[in-house]
Amino acid sequence: MALEIKQVAMTGNEAVANAIKQINPDVIAAYPITPQTDIVQFYSTFVANGLVDTQMVTVESEHSAISATIGASAAGARAMTATSSQGLALMHELLHIASGFRLPIAMPVVNRAVSAPINIHCDHSDTMAALTTGWIQIYGENAQEAYDNMIQAVKIAEDPRVKLPVMVCYDGFITSHAVENLVLLPDEKVKEFVGEYKPTHELFDFDSPVTFGPLVLPDYFSEIKAQQAEAMLAAKEVILEVAKEFEKMSGRKYGYFEGYKLEDAERVIVVMSSTAGTAKAVVNELRAQGEKVGLLKPRVIRPFPAEEYVKALSGAKVVGVMDRAETFSTQGGQLFTELRAAFYEAPERPLMRNYIFGLGGRDTTTAEIRKVFEQLKQDQERGSVDRKVTHLDVRV
Amino acid sequence: MTLKGYKDLPEGGVITEKGNSALYKTGEWRSMRPNYYPEGCVHCLICWVFCPDSAIKVENGKMLGIDYDHCKGCGICARECPRKEKALQMVKE
Ligand code: SF4
Ligand code: SF4
Repeated sequence: MALEIKQVAMTGNEAVANAIKQINPDVIAAYPITPQTDIVQFYSTFVANGLVDTQMVTVESEHSAISATIGASAAGARAMTATSSQGLALMHELLHIASGFRLPIAMPVVNRAVSAPINIHCDHSDTMAALTTGWIQIYGENAQEAYDNMIQAVKIAEDPRVKLPVMVCYDGFITSHAVENLVLLPDEKVKEFVGEYKPTHELFDFDSPVTFGPLVLPDYFSEIKAQQAEAMLAAKEVILEVAKEFEKMSGRKYGYFEGYKLEDAERVIVVMSSTAGTAKAVVNELRAQGEKVGLLKPRVIRPFPAEEYVKALSGAKVVGVMDRAETFSTQGGQLFTELRAAFYEAPERPLMRNYIFGLGGRDTTTAEIRKVFEQLKQDQERGSVDRKVTHLDVRV
Repeated sequence: MTLKGYKDLPEGGVITEKGNSALYKTGEWRSMRPNYYPEGCVHCLICWVFCPDSAIKVENGKMLGIDYDHCKGCGICARECPRKEKALQMVKE
């Protein structure tokens, strides 16, 4: 059946606000932070104009925003909030509580650098610092993907096998504020896709009352964490199932990652989010000159589908992993170290090097990506990488 | 009490039974225990008033002894008992 196609011009934030409007959650807690602010700002107009049934709670900080969301979710509501940068950092202790309580909260996180120095522009230091909080993390390249991921996130989070919170991440300003062409799904299709929320336990079920958040001592704590780890493992499967179902409805294909001209590629760049778009342009350019180059754009990094990443990169000779956040381990970015570890058991390992790039919104243009591919080529010819970790485009 | 495995526990450590804190034997934490000597007791119930863990068993206005499943051994009862030498004494577990 052909879908009624609604092509629109929107910013990433407006697209995500529209996705949430179509999901029509019971509760949204809102606190502004650049570059997330206009998601909840758009949403407040939807509420004021009576387009949604959502109870909007304006709060005094992100700590309160996620607390109110957790409370509403535990009460049995489909509840959401959105944030960026310091806001996510301020939520940090509650992030563990949302996942520990197994509350399926889908939350857009518009990636922005964490202070200091203070900066409002994009990098991934906010969500990278939240990798161990038990949230699923999904990254999108552009407004369309942010919109699509938002809708899929609800279904992934609420699946009875998962019941874990999800961060829907996309790049601050580059994606959140630039106007792009994208296609919106019809309201009733989204409604049907996400379905009705069925909580496992709810505080407002007075016939079978429950306690959320009791003290759990050494005799049971490990078991609760093992449950969470198992749910994260289940999410691996559910993410693909939901993507399949989404593709059936929308015609748009999703998975753990996107491979771009990867099949016979010898030199591969791994990069997430908006920079992948820039990298595609360079891949096209170099392919036209006969260069065997390709791109792998991770979409899901929690759970981390290690075997699938290894398989996708197994034909490569040199891999340049680009991380948009420092870890200060001196051993490279998070994506780099995890991908490298994933190759430990692989019979054939490509050369791998790491680039820390685009911090605090530093533009990463086709010129920088070309430079990376040039270095990968030199590494391939030499048979070794000349430097494990490079800060790309940094003045000395 | 046999401990449950993670597959049998409610999701996220949620408690689904009403009042099941009574099943939790906090008495296992004790290093000192109050010994009760009924012959010396005048049934004033001061111990019952002061016990923070409702571990003093009382029926029909009479002190019946200690619920050792839940007594944590804090010693408050023995300290407040007006007949402490004769009715309640803390001893090492
Ligand atoms: S306080 Fe002492 S005397 Fe009074 S009831 Fe308790 S044990 Fe008996
Ligand atoms: S030792 Fe403490 S917990 Fe035990 S019966 Fe006395 S007051 Fe109660």
